[in-house]
Amino acid sequence: MSMILLAEQVLNGLQLGVMLFVMAAGLTLVFGVMGLINLAHGSLFMIGAFAAAAVAGATGSFLLALAAALAASAAVGALVEVVVIRRLYNRDHLDQVLATFALILIFSEGTRWLFGSFPLFLNIPPYLAGPVSLPGGIEYPMYRLTLIAVGLLIALGLFLLISRTRLGIQIRAGENDREMIAALGVDISRLYTIVFAIGAGLAGLAGALVGAIQSVQVGMGEPVLILAFVVIVIGGIGSIKGALIAALLVGLTDTLGGVLLPALFKQFMEASAATSVGSSLASMAIYILMAVVLIWRPTGLFGARG
Amino acid sequence: MITMTRETLFNLAMMAALILFPLWAWLADEPFMITLATKAVILALAGVGLNIALGLGGLVSLGHAAFFGIGGYAMGILASHAQNYTPLIETPFLIEGTKSMPVIWLVAVICSGLAALAIGALSLRTSGVYFIMITLAFGQMLFFFTISWPAYGGEDGLSIYVRNGFPGLNTLDPIQFYGICFALLALVLFFAARLARSPFGLALNAARQTAERVETVGISPYKLRLTAFVVSGMITGLAGALFADLNRFISPTMFSWQTSGEIMIFVIIGGVARLFGPVVGAVIFIALEHLLGGLSDYWHIYLGVLLLLIVLFARGGVIGTLTGREVAHD
Repeated sequence: MSMILLAEQVLNGLQLGVMLFVMAAGLTLVFGVMGLINLAHGSLFMIGAFAAAAVAGATGSFLLALAAALAASAAVGALVEVVVIRRLYNRDHLDQVLATFALILIFSEGTRWLFGSFPLFLNIPPYLAGPVSLPGGIEYPMYRLTLIAVGLLIALGLFLLISRTRLGIQIRAGENDREMIAALGVDISRLYTIVFAIGAGLAGLAGALVGAIQSVQVGMGEPVLILAFVVIVIGGIGSIKGALIAALLVGLTDTLGGVLLPALFKQFMEASAATSVGSSLASMAIYILMAVVLIWRPTGLFGARG
Repeated sequence: MITMTRETLFNLAMMAALILFPLWAWLADEPFMITLATKAVILALAGVGLNIALGLGGLVSLGHAAFFGIGGYAMGILASHAQNYTPLIETPFLIEGTKSMPVIWLVAVICSGLAALAIGALSLRTSGVYFIMITLAFGQMLFFFTISWPAYGGEDGLSIYVRNGFPGLNTLDPIQFYGICFALLALVLFFAARLARSPFGLALNAARQTAERVETVGISPYKLRLTAFVVSGMITGLAGALFADLNRFISPTMFSWQTSGEIMIFVIIGGVARLFGPVVGAVIFIALEHLLGGLSDYWHIYLGVLLLLIVLFARGGVIGTLTGREVAHD
């Protein structure tokens, strides 16, 4: 295997990882602050992608499409929080799982009803299309490189938001003691709506960004949602830092596993069997990673709560 | 129980309906209705399995599709080797496929039980929301494995041409196959009712409420929960084998997380921790699928709204609402 191929796969892993982080950050924030498990997070990812595809189709502008994705998913997120999610904070996890599963059914079928069953396409804008040459003779798609950069910027922005702003202080205080910050005069239900809308907006943005390199279709959110769950379980629920590290770990494991495992099995098996065994194992690699992390640390790498 | 509670009366009425409806369909020569009833009974069985972990043990498993799928694939793998006349394993000793239902059930129950033991032993180290996500992830792991595993159809699934046999019965006759499924459901319901009242069931129930107290009297909540999870997985696995036999088809969809979600829906619509909760839930689900599915392609929207309303406003499910007691266990 050439080093160039390996470097490309590492970059692909990073790209998957940072996008998973953008998705997982909202989930872990919502769980950390409100104690809510939200299965409908994948639907917000899908809504972002559909909003972007619709706006890009109407205006031709990719930036407008991204703005629409962010706005639409944050707005839907805020609406859902006020109408449904708010009633679930004091319920047990089972009720949360079911209610948000019901939301998935409603959102998926609603989107299918609005846009039809055929996938939409969101094109990469011309100024980000084509490959770019990296040091070492690596040709890598400009768009994927941009995704890595945008993802890292979002991560930086989130860290600054949490550690340096007034909202961030309230969020961290809300994670520790919600009665106390309510007593100190913070409007807790408004804070919850804002946190949920931020998470939803991030999911929608991730959907739009990823939507340009895959097809935009109903059900696109759930596979990503489940990967994001794996990420926050590995990272420790509620920890943004854990989510970032775990997201990169999962992204790299998934991408490199798909390349390295079949190659590894070729060392001592015949080629076709090695490919099938290797790719079967690679598809399970991140779940095996998760199981190993949990045997070692049952609350994840950076998790405090059980 | 000597005094009949409203719930007991309701359960008896449900049992009667499950006998009378297929009989009517048989006399009226409506084989499709019998098939619908068979599907409801099989899904109810899967729900009864989940209810042991969920209702009795308080273990919110979002990965029961794993056991449903393993049961289905146990049937598919054994029957496909039998229909192709190829042995399953040649070395170190010869194992042939089979078309006999009892053997397939046994294999399905053992395999899903072993899987539940492995998944449960790992997942039960955690609790709460971690447990939900981990069971979900294990289900997905098997889902992706079956997709990328080409030997038994991979993504396309696998068809079994003739339904497997049961000694003395013609399983191709819908009403006879229904009878088999109904008898298994009745057997498992009886077992589940006994289990809930057994020392094990009482301890498990106590562990769900306050694990510390159970631990103080020297019982390990971990072992109780693991046992419940394994029993639960075995029953769901049996349902998976029957479901595969009903459709004569297996595919990775059986492992999909939507399947886990749907099994959970049966339990919730009917009422968590109610003996007949999953039965009522599965019957309502199949009826809705048939009635609403005929009206609109987008019937999942109505299902979603109904589920949302039940979770938000009718917390005891249908049985809880009809029989008046809001919470099944106190």
